[in-house]
Amino acid sequence: MTLEIFWFCAIAVLWGGYFALEGFDFGVGMLLPFLARDERDRSKLLATIGPHWDGNEVWLVIAAGATFAAFPAWYATMFSGFYLVLVLILVLLIVRVLSFEWRERADDRRWLGGWRWANTIASFGAPFLWGVALANLLHGVPLDGDGHFSGNVLDLFNAYTVAAGVAVTLLFALHGATFLALRTEGGLRERSRAAARRLAAPAALVVAAFLAWTVQVAVDRNDRELVPVLIPALIGAAALALGLATALRGRSGWAFTASTLSALALVATLFSALYPYVIVSDPDIGNSLTVSGAATAHYALSVITVVAAVVLPVMMLYQGWTYHVFRTRVRPAQEPPG
Amino acid sequence: MTLLAISDVDLARLQFGMTSIYHFLFVPLTLGLAPLIAVMQTCWHRTGDEAWLRLTRFFGTLLLINFAIGVATGLVQEFQFGMNWSVYSEFVGGVFGAPLAIEGLAAFALEATFLGLWVFGWDRLSPRVHLATIWLVAIGTWLSAYFILVANSWMQRPVGSKVTNGEATLTDVWALITNRFALYAFTHTMLVALTTGSLVVLGIACWHLARGRNVALFRRAAALALIVAVPVTALNLVVGSRFGLATTDYQPMKIAAAEALWNTEQPAGFSLFQIGGFSQSDQDPSFVIQVPRLLSVLATGTLDGKVDGLNQVQAQYEQQYGAGNYIPPVEAAYWGMRVMAYVGTLMFLVAAVGAWLYRKRRLEQARWYTRSATVAIAFPFIAATAGWILTEMGRQPWIVQGLLRTADAHSPSVSAATIATSIGVFAVLYAALGVADIVLMRRYARVDPPDAAPPPEAPAPAMAL
Repeated sequence: MTLEIFWFCAIAVLWGGYFALEGFDFGVGMLLPFLARDERDRSKLLATIGPHWDGNEVWLVIAAGATFAAFPAWYATMFSGFYLVLVLILVLLIVRVLSFEWRERADDRRWLGGWRWANTIASFGAPFLWGVALANLLHGVPLDGDGHFSGNVLDLFNAYTVAAGVAVTLLFALHGATFLALRTEGGLRERSRAAARRLAAPAALVVAAFLAWTVQVAVDRNDRELVPVLIPALIGAAALALGLATALRGRSGWAFTASTLSALALVATLFSALYPYVIVSDPDIGNSLTVSGAATAHYALSVITVVAAVVLPVMMLYQGWTYHVFRTRVRPAQEPPG
Repeated sequence: MTLLAISDVDLARLQFGMTSIYHFLFVPLTLGLAPLIAVMQTCWHRTGDEAWLRLTRFFGTLLLINFAIGVATGLVQEFQFGMNWSVYSEFVGGVFGAPLAIEGLAAFALEATFLGLWVFGWDRLSPRVHLATIWLVAIGTWLSAYFILVANSWMQRPVGSKVTNGEATLTDVWALITNRFALYAFTHTMLVALTTGSLVVLGIACWHLARGRNVALFRRAAALALIVAVPVTALNLVVGSRFGLATTDYQPMKIAAAEALWNTEQPAGFSLFQIGGFSQSDQDPSFVIQVPRLLSVLATGTLDGKVDGLNQVQAQYEQQYGAGNYIPPVEAAYWGMRVMAYVGTLMFLVAAVGAWLYRKRRLEQARWYTRSATVAIAFPFIAATAGWILTEMGRQPWIVQGLLRTADAHSPSVSAATIATSIGVFAVLYAALGVADIVLMRRYARVDPPDAAPPPEAPAPAMAL
């Protein structure tokens, strides 16, 4: 395996980590107005992700940095091409980060309510837009002969990419519910399990349909081989079925495992469907950027490979340890400091 | 494509300047406050004295409010290279991207993860492990600054790389991370950070001391702040001028612009203040206060050293790079340099006078001083902003010194209207968040430090706005 392909896979893994981890904290934000009955409930719900959201977002920061370092042309075309979508994502993520840290800093109803709704809106909006953005990579956007984006923001929204946004949002809502069923107790836990039960079927249906659509886009439009895309898509479908079965029976541990796997399989399917391209050009597929064409020189790739090989496992260890430290259910006494 | 005679390059520059300056208001405070809080918690851990725990939690709250907005605006920094500067990104990604990716992997991951552990881990971790988490946060922020400055310094002095097929590629990572410019920039920035952290702690402590509130507690905070601030502000005057000396080797144009020195002089005098003389059509100031030979000393280290003028470097660059205007915005560089240096000196005086008063046990009584020290909270932010204006505007017209011009580096696929839209969006958002941040910081800087008695997990009483 060449270093270019290794880094394409590494970026897929980083997006997978982002979806699997930040996915549930987005889901908690989405479910906030539906599960919480009062301010104490809201504090408890947010306390489940309080120690984790920042570490989860690190995966996005690294994914973007790795794209810049390993595939400068991909980073340049994607970030300038998806400009207005990214502005919106940045606004949502900024507001969301501050809602965690600033919300409980003032005892004022409008302040608390404002940040709560900001968190929920951002938690719906950002995953939807990330779904749209990633789906555009393989659906294809207008690129000129130099590989520069030549369309406008409306070209980024079509049936397939909007379906991706809806699928990602639904999946994260389910992921949040299965996470909360593990981390809360009492009435909140019951309501979280009920939410997982209600979300499991629509999420399974929409995400499975989107996976099938992705296979079709890859094979029919981009001439990708069937098998490498079908395998992660089938694993995704199996994980969704497992999620449905276990959520309906209230098996929280299994349901969370299944929603995590579904998020990973969704990213794996998207990236496998994308390969050997990094951004497909549509209508002129000849202008597409490819893994080998967009990659930087070998020496820089080896440098970041060595660093990643040493640092990434250590990072996974200490992040895993964080989840171990905060493994117990959130009780009133464990609310975060105001 | 232009919008009202402003080119899209200008708009992209405006956007970058705006978001970067804003981001860097929060960064030095995080960088400086994190180690100070780590020291406070270490003092508590070692002595068991609850005053240090109360201070840790008091300043910890301020750190968290500030950290959040630093993280939030940092994401814009990482994205906007590709968004506004796609030609630049494609050109430099093979070099500049590596330290950026390493920053995320090795530094940001550390600070973000361990900050969560520190905030929520008071009753989950043993005191020793919990103490380690705040130190890891501090180390993470400093590593983060180092890699970001390695990336920026490569734009000032491109080393360890070559340009092939219109793209810069890394050839020597050791040269990249030991770039002399980066080592200076890192030392200088970390001293700025410690100055910021210590002057903020000092200013807040003085506010409380002036009102006779929690005197025993805030006298300690002031002592810690002064112990850091005096050597750090003094050292930074030296490091800053050495940094200028080193910059002369790599960016003579930046230094000539910072002095508004149009023609080579030997020996060269230092202009303390001048009116006019900032443009090619107006090279002679109508009024100037000058110190003879001082510029020779600052720029060359000798009393009669030769300092190159803008016109001479321009002629040399025309030979080297072809026809064009290589003179940066002189007025911005000149005042950026002076505001930075003058405020830097003022900060040293604030620290030195404070230390003298403290030793005489007259700190609380000296109302003129406690009031000034509170005002001085603003100084490090002003000096740091001026310093970055000098660093970045002084590099123009280059985006990467000698390799790529700013005018050629923006995103061809992004229209002026699109950039203007995003400038509007970020301006409104940043202004609103800035107001909220100042309100929160003021509130939490003026409360009494929390009691040490209840476990820190219990929700601290939130305050009415």
